[in-house]
Amino acid sequence: MSDGAVVWARATRALDLLNVDPLGLGGLCLRARSGPVRERFLERAGQLQGPVARVHHAMTDEALYGGIDLAGTLAEHRVVETDGVLATARLALVASAERWTSAQAARLGAHLDQGVGPALILLDEGASPEEAAPAALRERLAFGVDLDTVGRLEATPGQGADWQAARALLDQVKSTPEDARALVALAARFGVDTLRAPLLALRAARAAAAVAGRTDVSAEDIALAAELVIAPRATRVPKPDHEPETEAPEAPSPPEDQNNDADPKSGSDQDLPDDILVEAVTAALPEAVLAHLAAGGVNRNAKGAGAGQVRRGNRRGRPLPARAGRLSGQSRIDVTATLRAAAPWQGLRGRGDGPVRLEKSDIRLRRFEEQSDRLLIFAVDASGSAALSRLAEAKGAVEQLLGEAYARRDHVALVAFRGAEADLLLPPTRSLVQTKRRLAALPGGGGTPLAAGLQAAGALAVQSRRQGYTPAIALLTDGRANIALDGVANRIAAMEDSTQMARWLRREGFSGIVIDAGTRPERALGQLAGEMGARYLPLPRADARKLSTALGDALGA
Amino acid sequence: MSDAFPFAAIVGQDDMKRAMILTAIDPKLGGVLVFGDRGTGKSTAVRGLASLLPPITAVKGCPVNAEKARDCPDWAGLDAHVLEERATPVVDLPLGVTEDRVTGALDIERALTRGEKAFQPGLLAGANRGYLYVDEVNLLEDHIVDLLLDVAQSGENVVEREGLSIRHPARFVLVGSGNPEEGELRPQLLDRFGLSVEIRSPDDIEERIEVVQRRDAFENNPKAFLRKWKKKTDAIRDQIAGAREALPKVTTKKAALRDCAGLCVALGADGLRGELTLLRAGRALAAFEGDATLTRDHIRTVAPIALSHRLRRDPLDEAGSVARVTRTLDEVLG
Repeated sequence: MSDGAVVWARATRALDLLNVDPLGLGGLCLRARSGPVRERFLERAGQLQGPVARVHHAMTDEALYGGIDLAGTLAEHRVVETDGVLATARLALVASAERWTSAQAARLGAHLDQGVGPALILLDEGASPEEAAPAALRERLAFGVDLDTVGRLEATPGQGADWQAARALLDQVKSTPEDARALVALAARFGVDTLRAPLLALRAARAAAAVAGRTDVSAEDIALAAELVIAPRATRVPKPDHEPETEAPEAPSPPEDQNNDADPKSGSDQDLPDDILVEAVTAALPEAVLAHLAAGGVNRNAKGAGAGQVRRGNRRGRPLPARAGRLSGQSRIDVTATLRAAAPWQGLRGRGDGPVRLEKSDIRLRRFEEQSDRLLIFAVDASGSAALSRLAEAKGAVEQLLGEAYARRDHVALVAFRGAEADLLLPPTRSLVQTKRRLAALPGGGGTPLAAGLQAAGALAVQSRRQGYTPAIALLTDGRANIALDGVANRIAAMEDSTQMARWLRREGFSGIVIDAGTRPERALGQLAGEMGARYLPLPRADARKLSTALGDALGA
Repeated sequence: MSDAFPFAAIVGQDDMKRAMILTAIDPKLGGVLVFGDRGTGKSTAVRGLASLLPPITAVKGCPVNAEKARDCPDWAGLDAHVLEERATPVVDLPLGVTEDRVTGALDIERALTRGEKAFQPGLLAGANRGYLYVDEVNLLEDHIVDLLLDVAQSGENVVEREGLSIRHPARFVLVGSGNPEEGELRPQLLDRFGLSVEIRSPDDIEERIEVVQRRDAFENNPKAFLRKWKKKTDAIRDQIAGAREALPKVTTKKAALRDCAGLCVALGADGLRGELTLLRAGRALAAFEGDATLTRDHIRTVAPIALSHRLRRDPLDEAGSVARVTRTLDEVLG
């Protein structure tokens, strides 16, 4: 069989098992572009069972989970509750699963946890490895199937297994503690941290036994379950020689919590799964995953898109044309547009001199284009080595930028570092007068606590991002760091601390620019800019206007 | 809602279980935050909490669980005030909940059918004198978080809308869980939680196997599983009830106070809340373990869960705040 055919066969097996125990297994994450192969797969899924619902990310919570039907309630003068599509369906297709936000996924996950159904098939059309259905959902579904490698001819139509008999048998299928042991150990070897994986695999194994018409779980069932449930979750491939103890250091990047459980501390050989199982899982790993793993571990997007950091359009937003939609707690009605939509129909709706008659379809919702404000954080070296003239130039640049900021509506903040510490001289502001005053009082002299300066700038950036700004950091220094973070004069420690701070800024994803204002370009500073992911700009003699232009270019004005 | 997994059957996760028990002993501790990766059983533990709480006495039919008849609000429209015993409320605050549902709002049904202006109490009313549980608390919408902070501070829910003007007591213990990968919590909200626990999957294979087997047994036959574990869960609950009674009698020596203060200063924990929580948690633990005096060991045990979320973030320290607390513990307490 060709590779594609193998994948297809595996995918249809998953579908069979899902059909036997839809609630216990949760569902299936289907990664495939829209096309004939996916259509054929869904056709087979559709043969399976009861009503199929199709849900998408723009549906309101009322539509999904039920609630008060506002329009119906108004029309009938009594409370009309809607059930929500998830209440009635046995199987739900989640369209464009990669577009669901974490919050939406968490709600859907909570619904799944109630164990009342429906089973989900996530239609994940993500184009790149980073774009995928939310992990909170994938985690709860037993199977993961990637159909992108399956050709149209390999996707053979066919009938699923006899699920009615299998379902009747399912309750009698017994698994042994050894089955659980094998699956748990296997999951650990493949770096699968969550305990839901072996649990779901165990259920899948029982479903597989039921499909085969047996009441006890065989080695074959375990292998199939491992292939279908554990393989898609693998974060590393065990070394072929069985030396699991040496494995942990080999896995490059996954965070420590994933590393630890890999070395079975109770490490006797009986815990180790059969090599046959390991091979079964390895064979089932999608090629893309292998490539990805080889390239250096799993790219866990640790930053996520949490509620605290989502950049919402805060105080301003460009209004967009109103859109038809249903009212929910989160949306605001656009009264004018709603009335305008209703106006043409008033005659038809039999309006005499009474009030305007509105219908559900008239309701228009307000929308805003969200755009967050830019904040430029200047981290200025005010140490003794930095000549006073340069400080004056930095002041000039800030003032000039501030002038431009009036037109561009940017905000500016100023952090100065000298002596042993860094101070926030100017919190985010757009006020020219205030800035000039603070700048005039900017003191100079002392050591160069570069790391402290970066830390202060970074802390301000994190905080302002939480408030809805888009911060960028401009570091202005001659780069001769000589004060470490703890305030001790130690050139080596100071450079190390600065490097670590720069890495942190990069991890947080702030854009930035490093301006070398020394009399000669400092190589260490170029490296620091590299660590920070920032542009490096040597300016032997900073002059305010040049500085301002360079900044504007570098930060994408 | 189906049956919750029995608390006593949770394998390992001692810190988390201890935090739950302590907050059940002393609700004034101010709740628990459980942060951890997916599939570590965060929500399972929180849902098990309900079975540990001793029942409360409240006015029958009172929407805010008032203890005495005079605390029962007028809008509840109760004629007779009969006291009854009921389970301590544990109210679920789902994500995507609307503000109306949280604070309460105009009763639509009565407004439409009878043209009456009546107040329909929300989740905050139901959580009064009990617990409010937010799963995925870091994904909660900002405006709901603001509202919770406000109410938690004042202990009172004020509704002024649609011509209604209602206020009722809303004192609740906040319990939250979340996955740090999905985003962080605002410091203000973080501060509201008395205890915080970071959990991860167990490292030990045997322990992992035990988790999977128990969970599997539970899912296959919840009733039988609950029966099997009922005795142990009841035992914990009785122990909690006993600890509640013993709590006021736990004595605190000057030396223990000094230890608490020294720890907080060394860690640079903001404000005095850290010290107070540490002290309270230590005393609750002493009561739970049947000790008459708060000792250094108690403080050592509860310090990580009472203080780790109150430290200033240190981007250079990759070990995490729990490790920092442990390190400081060794330095200060020796």
